[in-house]
Amino acid sequence: MRETIEPESGSALEELTKDPSSRKRFLGMVGGAGAAGAMAMFLAACGDDEKDKKADSSGEKKDAKGGGGVDLEIVNYALTLEYLEAQFYADVIKSGVVKTKAVVEAAKMIGQNEQEHVDALLATAKKLGTPAPKPKTDFQAVIDGGEKMVLATAATVENLGAAAYLGQAGRIESKEILAAALAIHTIEARHAAALNTIVGKPIVPDGAFAKPASMEEVLPKIKPFLVS
Amino acid sequence: MSSSKLVAPELASIEIKGMTRHAFMMRSAVAAGSVYGLSTVGPFVSRAIAQEGGGDVDILNFALTLEFLEAAFYDQAVKNTQGLGAKNKKLAETLRDNENEHVDALTATITDLGGKPVAAPGVDFGKAFANEKSFLETAQTFEDLGVSAYNGAAPQIESKEVLGAAGSIVQVEARHAAAIRFVRGQPISEGAFDKPLEMQAVLDAAKPFIKS
Repeated sequence: MRETIEPESGSALEELTKDPSSRKRFLGMVGGAGAAGAMAMFLAACGDDEKDKKADSSGEKKDAKGGGGVDLEIVNYALTLEYLEAQFYADVIKSGVVKTKAVVEAAKMIGQNEQEHVDALLATAKKLGTPAPKPKTDFQAVIDGGEKMVLATAATVENLGAAAYLGQAGRIESKEILAAALAIHTIEARHAAALNTIVGKPIVPDGAFAKPASMEEVLPKIKPFLVS
Repeated sequence: MSSSKLVAPELASIEIKGMTRHAFMMRSAVAAGSVYGLSTVGPFVSRAIAQEGGGDVDILNFALTLEFLEAAFYDQAVKNTQGLGAKNKKLAETLRDNENEHVDALTATITDLGGKPVAAPGVDFGKAFANEKSFLETAQTFEDLGVSAYNGAAPQIESKEVLGAAGSIVQVEARHAAAIRFVRGQPISEGAFDKPLEMQAVLDAAKPFIKS
């Protein structure tokens, strides 16, 4: 069972503290680590943060609207990438093209991570403004290429994803969104390293310092998977 | 409220009033900490106290301390781990070299910013190198800790350049963590988000390995 927790204000958190059953449900949803719970909360806090800024007429130097604009652009960019990744793993698993049992398990786990990223980013985008639509994707050519091609593509996409997040870190205005993006960034890096190991690539292809990629560099590379 | 069911009931007794952004954040931080544990407070509180902090040099010196620790860990691991297989030795050497490069880069950055780089802490890794298994287990703890530490501290970094450098390093730490977890047959992450830690939590976790 999946639920999206979107506390509208501090009161939702108070409810969580007061109500053991709601707390239990929430903890059950996030699993043992509790990390996703923290994420849902700081992502929710971001949204209200922006609202509060707009409501507050006492002019802070940083333009709240401008900040939301840049951050919304980045959140929607990340959302688009995560939609694509999540759909990729879903299509791959459904196709049955991957035969190695351990690899199927890894693909399921990674796919689940990507879906959670989608959920968290979608909730954040909604708080900031209008979320990017789910892109129409087509991975048939990759799937037709067999398990090896699927894994190579997965590795490429994950390395690209990690570079994409790193490329945006310095542009993000909200510290909370930055924290959330970093928490996702390192998960993409973990996926990339694991897949690199599986396909026989170095775990750190850029050496001791990972290289960022800009939107201009990333978007053309995902274009082959998009259906217009 | 039934405070006995909370992870940190002492936090739940704190009441913060006000409708400002900061008040909201503090309430969220406290609620998060009381229900989910202290480490979730970090991202909220660290922001609120950011103005009081020592700035980028302070954060970089904290990162440098961790990298010193990691570099020493792999250096000793390569030399001392009993029964370390060739494949894992090669992995340890790669990680050691990466950590040493991080040490050099952080030292140079701190100096560039006009700060004074901290000295390498004395370290004792106990029985970590008694066998390959205990080495890998400790390595995983270190790498996961490193990821959390950078992710927790990074939002407080003021300079975009320093943030970019930290991001570039933390991505490599995450790759290390996944590689070690993969070798150990562990899930490559704990869930879909890497949990950030506040600085103190990280220092506490690393304490058993630091000689005072």
